[in-house]
Order: sequence, then structure tokens, then C-alpha cells
Amino acid sequence: MSKLKSTLGIVAIAFITLTVMSCKDNSKEQNSTDGDHSQMNHDNSDGHHDGEKKEMAMSGDSNAQAVLNDYFNLKNALVGDDNGKAKELGATLATSLGNFDASQYTDTQQSELKDIVEDAVEHAEHISESDIAHQREHFKVLSKDVIDMVAITGAEMKLYEQFCPMYDGGTAWLSTKEEVRNPYYGSQMLKCGKVQREIN
Amino acid sequence: MKIVKIIAIILLVAFVGIQFIPTTRNQSDTVPSTDFMLVNNVPETIQKKLQVSCYDCHSNNTQYPWYNKIQPVAWFLEDHIKEGKAELNFNEWDSLSSRRKASKLRSIIKQIENGEMPLDSYTLIHSEATFTEAKAEELINFITQLKDSL
Repeated sequence: MSKLKSTLGIVAIAFITLTVMSCKDNSKEQNSTDGDHSQMNHDNSDGHHDGEKKEMAMSGDSNAQAVLNDYFNLKNALVGDDNGKAKELGATLATSLGNFDASQYTDTQQSELKDIVEDAVEHAEHISESDIAHQREHFKVLSKDVIDMVAITGAEMKLYEQFCPMYDGGTAWLSTKEEVRNPYYGSQMLKCGKVQREIN
Repeated sequence: MKIVKIIAIILLVAFVGIQFIPTTRNQSDTVPSTDFMLVNNVPETIQKKLQVSCYDCHSNNTQYPWYNKIQPVAWFLEDHIKEGKAELNFNEWDSLSSRRKASKLRSIIKQIENGEMPLDSYTLIHSEATFTEAKAEELINFITQLKDSL
């Protein structure tokens, strides 16, 4: 009888140990939910196919314009040091990037755009799940992607490419306004930077 | 005392039961020609470090620990490997465009710098996977060079 008890005890301890070990893994997982995210994005892009069609019917590069609008919203959230809003808008941007349709461009442009979009989606997804320092790191590369995209697609409105020499060895971003509002530092150094190029 | 016994039996049955749920194993005999080590001129010490610290979750071939077939451990391993490979698969390195490579290299640098990778849950068991300050610096220097040469 006591033998049975001790056997059961050992099994129970083994089980608890394994459970505790797996719990540890589980808690770490919350720090790096990257995989979950790519799945989430698949769902999103599926749900947005109707919207895409409507946009396409309206005008040629409203696709690119939708991406730009979401990019500027995200930029403004970072200017305002708003981590939560930037998360939401990162997800929104990932969706509009997923809906981007490049079929009107030449083959070379298409493959370039596909590459840009693929990269940008990943950064937008990371922004949707990170703290603000990480969001800004990803926004740097995202900005490069969007600048390269605009070089191909053009934009409907006047844009300003701005540059902050202090952030990570010098970093650019796009804005619709001439006055500098720095998305990499926010209130800490709101006006750091200059206009380095005007587009349109 | 009786209730303890019942709980123990339930746990035992559950524990045995979940052992029958299958998992996918991440193992491959071949290293594709797109592998990071094959296309880049990686110094031997860094190769070893990458193999030990990164390749278990970021390649098509995992060196599984002895307990890998015991549930629920197997599930967590499977999950981590799936996530890891989706984010970065060193075996498929050269199929990425320069833009994507630059992005990935950038992330590698940041994650090593911030001590986010390898995961604590990994180094807990694979203590040899941890990066000393010198090792981290060595790797970051190499990756930075590689990034600048793209």
C-alpha cells in the first residue's frame, strides 16, 4: 500500500516538474510571440480582400496611398510617445501592406515592390507587439522601405523626407508636414532633425 | 488521503494519455546550398557558436535533448522551433533578398545586444548556448561587417 503511495508520489512529482518546466517556456513565449503574429496577419489579409477590390476600382495607386496614410498615422503615434496606439496602427499598416497590389507596375518594379512589402510587413508586425523602443527600431527600417516604395509608386500629396542625425547613426522618415516632429525621440527631442528632401 | 490518491491517478492517466499525441520533428540530413555558413565566409569559432546557440530553432535540423519525446515538453519544443524558423531560418539564408538579409542581420545584432536571444528557456538547459560579452561582441562585429557588405 505504502509502495503504491510512493510510486504515485514519484509520478506526481515528475509530472509537476515537467509542468513547471513547460510553464517557464510558456512565459518566455509571451516575450517573443513572433510566430503567432505571422499567423494573425494571414487572417487579417484574408478578411480584407473586399476592401482591396474597392480601393483598386477607385484609382490606380490608391493602394500605395493607403499604405502611406497608415504609415503617417503610425508615425504620429510614435511622435506622441503612444506605445498602445502605435501597436494598433502597426497592425493596421501590416494589413494595408498585405493588401498592396502591384499588378499595374512593370515586372522589375513588381519584384522590387514585393520585396519591399514583404520586409515592411514584418516590421509593421513587430511594431504591433513591441515596447516603444523596439517600435522605433523597426520604424527606422520600415521608413526606408516606405521611402523606397514611394520612389516607385509616387504619392498623391507633397512629402518631406526628414532626417535625424542622432538616432542610430542617422535615420530618415517621411512626413506630410514641413516642420519636424521626430518619431524616434518623441517629446524627448521633438524637433530634432531637418528636411533633407522634398517629394512632389 | 483517498482524495490525494484519486488526484494522483488522474494526473498519471492524463500524463500517459498525452504521450500518444504526435508531434512533428525538425530533422534533416542535408544542408541546403542556401545555408548561411555555406554562402558567407564565417570564421570557425563563429560557426560553432551559431550552431550551438542558434541552429536548434533557426534551421531545419534540431539537436534534440533526451527528454524531447516526453509530453508536454515536445509540444513546447515544436512550437518554439516553428516560431524560430518562421522568423529566421539560417538554412534558407541565401533565398532572401538583400533588403531582407539586411533586416534580419539588423535584428540579430539587436537581439544579441539586448540579450533577447537565445531565449532564457533555452539557455536554462543549454548553458553552453549563452553568449559571454566577448562572444557577443565577436558575433556582432562579424554580423555588422556582413550587413555593411550587402
